[in-house]
Amino acid sequence: MKQLVVVSGKGGTSKTVVTASFAALAGNAVLADVDVDASNLHLLLRPEVLERHEFVGGSKARVEARGCTACGRCRPVCRFDAVSEDGDGIARVDPLACEGCGLCARVCPASAILMEPCVSGEWFVSRTRFGPFVHARLGVAQENSGKLVTEVRKKAREIGEREGRAFLLMDGAPGIGCPVIASLAGTDLALIVTEPTPSGVHDLERIAGLARHFKVRAACAVNKFDINPGNSERIEAWSAGQGIPVVGKIPFDEAVLGSVARGVPLVEASEGPAARGVRRLWDRVREHLA
Amino acid sequence: MPAEPTVAVASGKGGTGKTTVAVNLALALSAGRPIQFLDCDVEGPNSRFFLKPRIEASEEVAILVPEIDDSRCDRCGICARVCAYNALAVVPQAVLVFSELCHGCGACALLCPRRAIREVPKRIGVVESGRAGAIRFLQGRLDVGQAISPPLIKAVKEKRDPDLTAVIDAPPGTSCPAVESMRGSDFALLVTEPTPFGLHDLELAAGAAEALGLPRGILINRADGGDGDARIRAFAAGENVPVLAAIPFDRRIAEAYSRGDTLLGLDPGWSAKFQALYEAIRAEIP
Ligand code: SF4
Ligand code: SF4
Repeated sequence: MKQLVVVSGKGGTSKTVVTASFAALAGNAVLADVDVDASNLHLLLRPEVLERHEFVGGSKARVEARGCTACGRCRPVCRFDAVSEDGDGIARVDPLACEGCGLCARVCPASAILMEPCVSGEWFVSRTRFGPFVHARLGVAQENSGKLVTEVRKKAREIGEREGRAFLLMDGAPGIGCPVIASLAGTDLALIVTEPTPSGVHDLERIAGLARHFKVRAACAVNKFDINPGNSERIEAWSAGQGIPVVGKIPFDEAVLGSVARGVPLVEASEGPAARGVRRLWDRVREHLA
Repeated sequence: MPAEPTVAVASGKGGTGKTTVAVNLALALSAGRPIQFLDCDVEGPNSRFFLKPRIEASEEVAILVPEIDDSRCDRCGICARVCAYNALAVVPQAVLVFSELCHGCGACALLCPRRAIREVPKRIGVVESGRAGAIRFLQGRLDVGQAISPPLIKAVKEKRDPDLTAVIDAPPGTSCPAVESMRGSDFALLVTEPTPFGLHDLELAAGAAEALGLPRGILINRADGGDGDARIRAFAAGENVPVLAAIPFDRRIAEAYSRGDTLLGLDPGWSAKFQALYEAIRAEIP
């Protein structure tokens, strides 16, 4: 089974539109949404949820006020400024700032700080018209999205291998931090969808650098290339210089927003220029995965 | 209300026009007063392409990670047990440090019974400062390959001047980096677009801002006056969050963006609209 992750340095709609269309075109794939922070792929694949699991990402500290002797030891050891003291010196922990390291609990001589596992999201195994689909929902303001990404990928791989699927197609996380690292590592190809904005080359450069860092092969596609042909050429020239193949160019097309509004993959909703661009893109990506 | 409020411009996902809004808001305000702009989207700081600041200073930001003194370490394994992030592993001959997993919490060094752990700085990125016309400009840039951005975001915010109105370009999403960027602001302006994606991610961003106790307002970008707009307005009404402004869907705006032009550059009439937006924001801050 070949693993493809579709990423774009800054997030946005296009990677999800591309992944959903690939799902429709591949026919024999298992699908995963590893953009757990702002998951959107389910809005196009319309899954029927079969299984629902809690995700425990880590733990958070809680002070039992009754046990706290106001000794003041915990507050200075917390590197995340999560511990404060009330007027009487009784400690309290801000759960939004706590990173769950547990140091405060270990230094508390009265054992008044408890580390409590926190349910920080949910993940789902679903059925779609295009194949099995694993996705997740990270709770608001939760840590450890990287760990949730890893969990979703593991499950999707398991299902794909069991069912003999040819591809694992993933809608990747934005940025260059922990969730995107967790979604890139160990894939066969990272398709970077970029746009000809002034930051396009830089966004591409960062994410391509990350792929190189983790020894993942990268290919690039330019979305809305005709909005600014000059910037598109710069992106192509930069990619060529880095040995990153440009495997597709998708024109600006209002049909894209229309397909999102209807909640179907672009290639099913339209025969227009963007849809044709995405079909050609899939053909090239498949060659690169082979 | 603080005399010089800090407004965080946020969105549930990237590509909604958050940077466009933050940049134009800052430009419109800078006509009347000195202000500051903080680009906290440290994984992809793009505001500089529009504000075109002159960078005057750059400072490295580091977190502390453990270094093991093998002559003192007897491989008791306590450090690996106390590390909540699996950043340490004890093998028969050595203790291995996986510094990219380390959050820099300091637990291992403090709790090592043989004092065999020293904490050493590891660079994660830079904070750069400079000026863009009347705007004091600050941005963080995370190094490629570094996983943990909140300490860098904190470092950017520490440079904020409390006597100046601030506009923060926050990273997309609702997890730690977005929360860290919004924390301590006076207002969260949530940028969305009238698609099912936009609405879904707006719900998450609105929840994150609410968890932080921030007053909130919504800006609809690429508004087309259709069903999508109506759904966002219905959500806003249900949550009791005001829709403060809308920017219409217009290919010319997308093209201007792709050239690095601002809305104010495209049409000076936007200046008054962003100033009106700011007045509306001020009216929402208790
Ligand atoms: S568990 Fe760690 S991060 Fe949380 S409050 Fe305690 S010391 Fe701070
Ligand atoms: S500083 Fe904290 S996170 Fe880093 S290795 Fe030590 S215990 Fe683990």
